[in-house]
Amino acid sequence: MSDRGIAPADLMVPPLRTRQKNDVPIFVSTAKRVFTTFFEWFGSLGLFTWQVLKAAVTPPFEWRELIRQLDEVGSKSFPLVALAGAAIGVVISLEARYSLSRFGAKSLFPATLVYSVIQMMGPIITGLVVSGRVGAGIGAELASMKVTEQIDAIEASAINPYRLLAATRILACILMLPLLTLAADACALLTGWCAQALVEPLSFHQFIESGFSGATFNAFLPPTFKTAVYGLIIGLIACFQGMRTSGGAAGVGRAATNSVVVGSLFLILADVVLVKFILVFFH
Amino acid sequence: MAITYDNAIKQDIGRDDTPSFIEVEHLHKSFGTHKVLDGISLNVSRGETLAVLGRSGTGKSVLLRLIIGIEKPDSGSVLIHGQDIAGLGLDQLGAIRKKMGFLFQHAALYDSLTVAENVAFPLEHHRIDMTVSERADRVRQLLVEVGMEGDLDKMPSDISGGMQKRVGLARALALEPEILLLDEPTAGLDPISSGEIDDLILTLQRERQMASIVVTHDLHSAKSIASRLALLNAGTVVIEGAFDELQQSDINFVKKFLKQ
Repeated sequence: MSDRGIAPADLMVPPLRTRQKNDVPIFVSTAKRVFTTFFEWFGSLGLFTWQVLKAAVTPPFEWRELIRQLDEVGSKSFPLVALAGAAIGVVISLEARYSLSRFGAKSLFPATLVYSVIQMMGPIITGLVVSGRVGAGIGAELASMKVTEQIDAIEASAINPYRLLAATRILACILMLPLLTLAADACALLTGWCAQALVEPLSFHQFIESGFSGATFNAFLPPTFKTAVYGLIIGLIACFQGMRTSGGAAGVGRAATNSVVVGSLFLILADVVLVKFILVFFH
Repeated sequence: MAITYDNAIKQDIGRDDTPSFIEVEHLHKSFGTHKVLDGISLNVSRGETLAVLGRSGTGKSVLLRLIIGIEKPDSGSVLIHGQDIAGLGLDQLGAIRKKMGFLFQHAALYDSLTVAENVAFPLEHHRIDMTVSERADRVRQLLVEVGMEGDLDKMPSDISGGMQKRVGLARALALEPEILLLDEPTAGLDPISSGEIDDLILTLQRERQMASIVVTHDLHSAKSIASRLALLNAGTVVIEGAFDELQQSDINFVKKFLKQ
């Protein structure tokens, strides 16, 4: 621009570059980039997992940090998980009563509630709630430590950050998810029974006896303990996203969001495999 | 026989000609297409302080991160007490890092821990032979050395940048390192605080006879604390020597830099 105003040259539209014979179409280059990023992400996740695994099985073990994380993941998630479980119990109770009444199968209500909660809703709701609370927390905490060089400072102090930060958090998630699932199941069954008992008289003893009649350990233990795999996914993805972040506050936000989104998505996908696995090997 | 870290130290300390504690040989490092270090070679002996100077973005901090192994070089080697740190796993590298102290540019204190807990952190992990009271005494002693004994229970967010650097220095000294790496110890500080940090580094250096590398922009600070200076430009060492040698140089870049 000249000092007296806009120069004529500034108003001219630059000529469009004609496509050369050897130019790669834009969709091919985009697809190539997406493909590369996708495999690069999985490759990095694999290397990260290997580092964590190596650190987790070799001493010194970070017991104090593990106990702190068990409290952080377990005790502090309990109220939220219990509340979610209670809400789910009421919802399933209302829906089941309505559906079963239509088919004249009201006597199946206790078993329907028990099986729906323990085999399906309890584990997945617990997984998603913990993924939201703990996954975002771990992702943001580690990302914040990464961008402020605190993880580098841990490394510079001759402490393995994979052992101190990642292994402890992942292990805490693995150990706590089944326990939180049991808590969510208990709350859901209690509120489900309450919702039913308010409409029709049904003693708690009768409800439990009818709901669990003919049930085997195989029907209840695998769905509860499969949540340990959810814990692995939540912890691993959150630690991975947090410890590889870059780019200041925006990077921290991105890590927290990705921890929840990717963690929840992988959790649901893993559920598909786990349900099939349980059906094949435990029924 | 492979040289172990401890053997190397014993051998080195026993010698009269004080061999290099840190040897950097033909170090290359790029980030993407941006070449940061282009074949740097340096060495620092026991009791010596080398100041690394240069314009912003010339790779001074990257050099320190390569020396402590946080970054990996593209080529070249970093030898600590004669042992090449390239290819070492985190735990093997940890054994070497126990003998090194690192002060980060922004102190990098753990923001969820108090000042005292920050300094105690390396001791809790590596000096498990210490009792709780011994550890507390050691932390207090370190904080006295850096003039922060009155702020033990404060959080890092409640103290100034200069105070954070003092705490960072106390943490770096916790394991009694033989090598000290300082990244911009006086950056962003007022002249009085800068002077105090310089005096502190000089005192510590005199008492402990560490091999130190100080990365700085501050020529005045470099002149007062370092026995040797290395000036970096475009990823290479333009000149290395005592301050007087730099002053006598005919290289334009050196003249221009010293005029600041």
